[in-house]
Amino acid sequence: MNVYIMNNRMELSKWQTGLLVTLRFLIGWHLLYEGIFKLLKPEWSSLGFLEGSQWIFAGIAHWITSNPGVLSAVDFVNTWGLICIGLGLILGLFTRTAAIAGTVLIGLYYLFNPPLIGLGTAGPMEGNYLIVNKNLIESVMLLLIAVSPTARLYGLDALFTKKNGH
Amino acid sequence: MSKEKDVDHKDNLGRRSMLKALAGIPVLGAFGFESFRKFSHAAQNDTRKQIIGELGLDDLLSSVKPVMKSDGDLIRVGMVGFGVRGRQLSKALGFMEKAEFEEELAEQKERGDDSLQSQIDHGNLNIAITGICDVFDLHAERGLDYAQHDIFSAGDIARKHPVKRYRTYHDMLADPDIDAIIIATPDHHHAQMTIDAISAGKHVYCEKAPIHREDEIQPLYNTVKNSGLIYQMGHQIPQNAVFQQAREIINRGLLGKISQVETTTNRNSRSLAWIRHVTNSGKTKPGDAQSIDWKQWLGKSPQVPFSIERFYSWARFFDYDTGLFGQLFSHEFDAINQLLHLGIPSMVSTTGGQYFYKEIGDMPDVLHTSFEYADRGTTLTYSANLTSSKIRPRTIYGRDASMTVGGDLSVTPDIKSERYADLLERGLVDSSRPMLEISEGADLSSPVDAVTSASVRYYASRGLTTTSIFGRMYDVTHLHLKEWLDCIRHGGKPSANIEMAIQEAVVLAMADISYREQCRTSWDSVNKQIIRV
Repeated sequence: MNVYIMNNRMELSKWQTGLLVTLRFLIGWHLLYEGIFKLLKPEWSSLGFLEGSQWIFAGIAHWITSNPGVLSAVDFVNTWGLICIGLGLILGLFTRTAAIAGTVLIGLYYLFNPPLIGLGTAGPMEGNYLIVNKNLIESVMLLLIAVSPTARLYGLDALFTKKNGH
Repeated sequence: MSKEKDVDHKDNLGRRSMLKALAGIPVLGAFGFESFRKFSHAAQNDTRKQIIGELGLDDLLSSVKPVMKSDGDLIRVGMVGFGVRGRQLSKALGFMEKAEFEEELAEQKERGDDSLQSQIDHGNLNIAITGICDVFDLHAERGLDYAQHDIFSAGDIARKHPVKRYRTYHDMLADPDIDAIIIATPDHHHAQMTIDAISAGKHVYCEKAPIHREDEIQPLYNTVKNSGLIYQMGHQIPQNAVFQQAREIINRGLLGKISQVETTTNRNSRSLAWIRHVTNSGKTKPGDAQSIDWKQWLGKSPQVPFSIERFYSWARFFDYDTGLFGQLFSHEFDAINQLLHLGIPSMVSTTGGQYFYKEIGDMPDVLHTSFEYADRGTTLTYSANLTSSKIRPRTIYGRDASMTVGGDLSVTPDIKSERYADLLERGLVDSSRPMLEISEGADLSSPVDAVTSASVRYYASRGLTTTSIFGRMYDVTHLHLKEWLDCIRHGGKPSANIEMAIQEAVVLAMADISYREQCRTSWDSVNKQIIRV
């Protein structure tokens, strides 16, 4: 696979390509399952998560939780967003859009509840974190996927991409 | 030749590229397959759901009455007796002393408890407390402070309907601007006050017990029965959502033939043994012959000189109540009677004694009474202990299953059950543990209980404190008062009505006599009399 980094054409090894594709599948599966789970559990709501928000987005979180209409909309967008992003990543369809949307969504999860000194957590968490937690890592990994066009070969985007030289 | 090669090459690339492009499809396929397995596995392995289905209890929650908003005209309530219980009743009605209210609200907000706020939002019963009567000036003053501040409009109700203090309850009954009376005095006044209040045309909410002595039973029943007024005994346990579901389970015969019912009350402290004339630090509580109308307080009981001990610790004296029977067993009996409709037993016998708290009053520390229901083939037992706080749940024993019901409910199948033989064999249920558990909304490990500890735990374990109905927490006393007020406004019979109260009165009298006179007692239903055996 060829990529262009800083105007230099670079060839990625089979391992690099293979791992990037695998990463795309794994993160896609993770987000798709999160979305499907929320879809099939009728009583799920982001209320609990939002109520625990304490940092810069606390005000917005409070506004969302005090407006039942807004809360329903947020829950809907969250659930279907996860499903669409997950599908997009696994199938390699509109991959860059899906990956960027994923970066933003998981990035928001991070910003609503970051593991900073002095802030409590919105519920029990596994692991111990300081500034860096799994949401932050996954958000940046999605950014990596966004800039790595693996789907042009290993994904349905290949059906829409013009091949070089043909 | 090269053209053919080119065409072949292009086709191969096309096919290879197509396969690469579809790389995500098998991944998605695996996802779909595994998720399907997970969700159907979860549905199958939900044994609780399965058991509920097998028992036909899918609609169990529909047996719980939803709490509707209070509407109708304002009811003006007079309170007779404003001691500890009077204060609790007043709070349940939404009337609390201003400073205490603000402090309580602030404290609750700090620990994330929204019970008081919930009462402000949903607990307005549309009443005004317009009369306070208490023989003790201090208690009467407190009653006035409470009545003047409601939690809904910060005292507006009292400004529109001012509260008066009455020196005697007769004065209160004579006032046409009082619609209903709440009686929270010592037991020896209950029957007479109820009779007088009903005769004066007032609705009555009377704290337990309904009577003190057997000669009050018939007059009480005759006065209230056809008065057309609403009478409610202070037994709030049936307002519990858990309790209502227990009743439904029993009505459907899920326990099989019931042979035995066990009720118990275990407590272990001086104040829970009703020694209440001294504080925890040993100081005698306030009150003297000047500030307490002793003659009125004594009523028809033996004329004795003023005694601060008798005034606060009255429950320990048979001159003023039926001891453990009237104070604790009455709640147990009402709960069981509401569930099983046992009524009046054929024989009662008691043993017990005053071995520990010997210096004050005549209340025994350990007491055991058996109530035989020969025609039902059932025995009800009461085991009471004032020197052990181990909580023993209320238990109902059936041939097919046993049930414990208090703040929580659990049903355990019997190993020899024919009804559940199939379920036992399939391994879906096990006789060593409950097959059904419904727990109360109130969490016994919550910060609220950390503040008040042992006594709250006791009351909560018997279902006497709060209940959760369709996601909202309610105080059961509040619901019980609401039921009374709803019946006053819209008609109907409350749950602890005169029929239930009079059955209880007979049972309490039979038990009381069996202990005090050391004999067995039975009931002559023809002449409506208690027989000493």
